Amino acid sequence: MGMTFAQKILAAKAGLDSIDVGQIVEIEPDVCLSHDNTAAIAKKFAKIGVSSVKDPDKFVIVLDHTVPASEEKYAQNHKEIREFVQMNGIRSFYDVGVGICHQVLPEKGFALPGRLILGSDSHTTTYGAFGAFSAGIGRSEMAVLYATSRIWLKTPASFKMVIHGRLQDPVSAKDLILHIIGSIGADGALYKSVEYTGKAVEAMSIGSRMVLCNMAIEMGAKNGYCIPDEKTYAFLADRAEGEYTAVFPDEDAEYEQMLEFDASALGPQVARPHTVDNVSPVEDVVGIPIQQALLGTCTNGRMEDLRVAAKILEGRKVANDVRLLVLPASQEILLEALKEGVIDTLVRAGGMLLNPGCGPCLGAHQGVMAPGEATISTANRNFKGRMGSRDAEIYLGSPATVAASAVTGVITDPREFF
Amino acid sequence: MNQGRVWKYGDDVNTDVIFPGKYTYQPMEPAEMAEHALEDLDAGFAEAVQPGDIIVAGKNFGCGSSREQAATCLKAAGVAAIIAPSFSRIFFRNAINSGLPVIELAEGTDAIQTGDSVGIDFTAGVVEHDGRTYSFPPLPPEVLAILEDGGLIPHVKKVLNG
Repeated sequence: MGMTFAQKILAAKAGLDSIDVGQIVEIEPDVCLSHDNTAAIAKKFAKIGVSSVKDPDKFVIVLDHTVPASEEKYAQNHKEIREFVQMNGIRSFYDVGVGICHQVLPEKGFALPGRLILGSDSHTTTYGAFGAFSAGIGRSEMAVLYATSRIWLKTPASFKMVIHGRLQDPVSAKDLILHIIGSIGADGALYKSVEYTGKAVEAMSIGSRMVLCNMAIEMGAKNGYCIPDEKTYAFLADRAEGEYTAVFPDEDAEYEQMLEFDASALGPQVARPHTVDNVSPVEDVVGIPIQQALLGTCTNGRMEDLRVAAKILEGRKVANDVRLLVLPASQEILLEALKEGVIDTLVRAGGMLLNPGCGPCLGAHQGVMAPGEATISTANRNFKGRMGSRDAEIYLGSPATVAASAVTGVITDPREFF
Repeated sequence: MNQGRVWKYGDDVNTDVIFPGKYTYQPMEPAEMAEHALEDLDAGFAEAVQPGDIIVAGKNFGCGSSREQAATCLKAAGVAAIIAPSFSRIFFRNAINSGLPVIELAEGTDAIQTGDSVGIDFTAGVVEHDGRTYSFPPLPPEVLAILEDGGLIPHVKKVLNG
């Protein structure tokens, strides 16, 4: 019997010929990511009593969650992280403004096929879009990785999701993943490795594959995976930090479940408050008033997302009583969007450009909501209280749905603009 | 047998309602984290919780963010254990690593209500409620060792120092 992607890569990292589902292995990850939580991790690391980080070249640190610091306590947090980075000789450090970690790691060539990447952030699953095995861990585990470079992982069972057909413009990967999560539930893939395959995934851009893997965690998955192909290699051509060897699942691998979806028949989807699996076709929620529209985050802050929004907002205006927040996911994207005129279009339409970063997604600063308000967002979570007041509501949709809703002031089917 | 008073919650309790994102990147000691425990789910919890209390919840407890404070704040609030049919993967690891026992109990949680008394025998893998017993697979010895040492950091410190 062949092996799934998860089995194959974990066996290789553990130096084994084969591995069983459920088997626990101790491995050394290739890349470890942390962000604004690094100061807290450093404090835990200090308690272990090891004098310095064992292998500083393994670690990538990106400041992105509350950037630039909005309060003195955040400034202090960032300062402590810069000191830790300096003291331990961590070279892959990206200070405020470079972008969101899940965009920066691919751009800087750390997210590579066949790499094992762990991050103290749940959306670390994003790098599966490049054929990496990547999963979120906690702060204590990251502190132990500073000290020992080693961690135990349990080999997950795998789901194979076959996406037939082709998404019909302006329906996007975001609508597809919301539909999948709505179908199987917030724990539908709990602890599983999810492999996305099929014609629709093959046809997708790298950015769209990142959306699928980014939100794998929202159905409980340990990791997501897309088969690396020419698009992957083209994206990485001038970026890859070192050599890499892609890992593919065997054709006769054993999957716990095989799920099939039809992309061609899919329309825009929206996740209603307060859970990501509370998904409806957009038709069921049209007309609900919103006060804020958020375009950005590690899920949908890339060029293809800004472009589709600009296409809808070109020559139109954001509704009077709506605040449209625009956050490109990285400096690189911001520069490209400036050059292409996309930012010009979005700002002329009434959008407010914010610096690359996580911004309002986690409710720490920038664009939090008052009680009774509602936001339609391209982010990945709509939990109660996540964007400010616990009495505010978050709807999740695609960049097209967010842009269309920003124009009308109510949740709107973006197909009306195409 | 550890005996404790129950706080009962539903399915998919996420880490944002356990420990809100707005506090996540502020430097904070565990005692202060405990003051915000379950803030956006049950505003009265942090004040009324007693050491030794037990949380019983529905499936997929701790879904969402990887923030370890979701486990740390409950541990610091005095919660002795969490019982649920399933946990999110990262929360499960974080809880063990924070020294907070988590019990995957396939059946029995539906009948347990807030204010009930529940007994737990970690070694035997048994939960007792209202005269009935339910068994759960005991945690592997490696994981129990982490719990016994009070979490991953003290455990690794002990191992490294021989």
